[in-house]
Amino acid sequence: MSARSVIAVLAVLAVVGLLAFGLLSKGSSGIALGDPAPNAPLPRLHGDGSESIADYRGGWVLVNFWASWCGPCREEAPALEEFQRRHGGDSFTVLGIDSRDLTGDGREFVREFDLSYPQLRDGDGGTAHEFGTTGVPENYLIDPQGKVRLLVRGPITAEYLQQEVAPLLAGPKS
Amino acid sequence: MRARLSIGAMLAAALLALAPVAASAATPQTSLSEVESEVMCPVCGTLLELAESPQAQRQKVFIKRLVAAGASKERIKDALVAEYGQEVLALPDGDGFSLSAYVVPIIAFVIAVIALGLGVWKWRRAGGPPDHGGPTPVGPSAAESERLDADLARYDL
Repeated sequence: MSARSVIAVLAVLAVVGLLAFGLLSKGSSGIALGDPAPNAPLPRLHGDGSESIADYRGGWVLVNFWASWCGPCREEAPALEEFQRRHGGDSFTVLGIDSRDLTGDGREFVREFDLSYPQLRDGDGGTAHEFGTTGVPENYLIDPQGKVRLLVRGPITAEYLQQEVAPLLAGPKS
Repeated sequence: MRARLSIGAMLAAALLALAPVAASAATPQTSLSEVESEVMCPVCGTLLELAESPQAQRQKVFIKRLVAAGASKERIKDALVAEYGQEVLALPDGDGFSLSAYVVPIIAFVIAVIALGLGVWKWRRAGGPPDHGGPTPVGPSAAESERLDADLARYDL
């Protein structure tokens, strides 16, 4: 093979490599049931400091991705708050993650629905991307070992919470 | 009395000093259209000026509010980055790794020009005319010259 052919092949490989890198760095395969939940720290929606899902290890966490501009998020917020009031405590919490939203709008949403569960901010959508969300709202139930046990794309309902989530919380922690 | 006057003068001076600041704060330094052509709608993945999603509408309201408060384009973009991260910028800033977005095309262009120049130079050397003469003259052979002369003689009037 001549030097010219080698250069041409290398140039083509470089272009293909760049395209592959671009696709891989943009795409997200998401997480599946049984996978460990991403644990990157996120800033709190209210006040200073940050938290991560790992901070709740040892208890069940229902991670709720939402945004103030999202209509279905408004539908599910009362059901989540009601569930938190009934079941929230050391062994369970709903954890809201306000994704790709303005801080002020997010805080206003929390005030409007009088949400009592902890809220984090994912302004650039990085954590939503790690989870592989396809939009908002999406809900992930994380078990005490930090693994995903349930996944609900779209708004969650009070019925689903009672029928699918509550029995898991009542069972053994492992 | 003198003390009151001096306090009043100080207050007036303070108000006068603040007046330009207050005036500039209320004077728009940029517009929604200027900003939205340089930032992205993070949810839609398009320029904000092309986006009409609910999230984009909120973002436009946010920008309008800052424009009305007299914020500059750069300050508004900084505020958007604080909310949505660096990816909200349609054009990367010129720092750190983002600088490569501007430098790499320039380097690629220079390399392409050099490669093209080298190619033309080699092509001319390989297939171009030799330096020591023009094209080899191709005249008629001796036999052809003879035939030509004979033919011309026939038509000689």
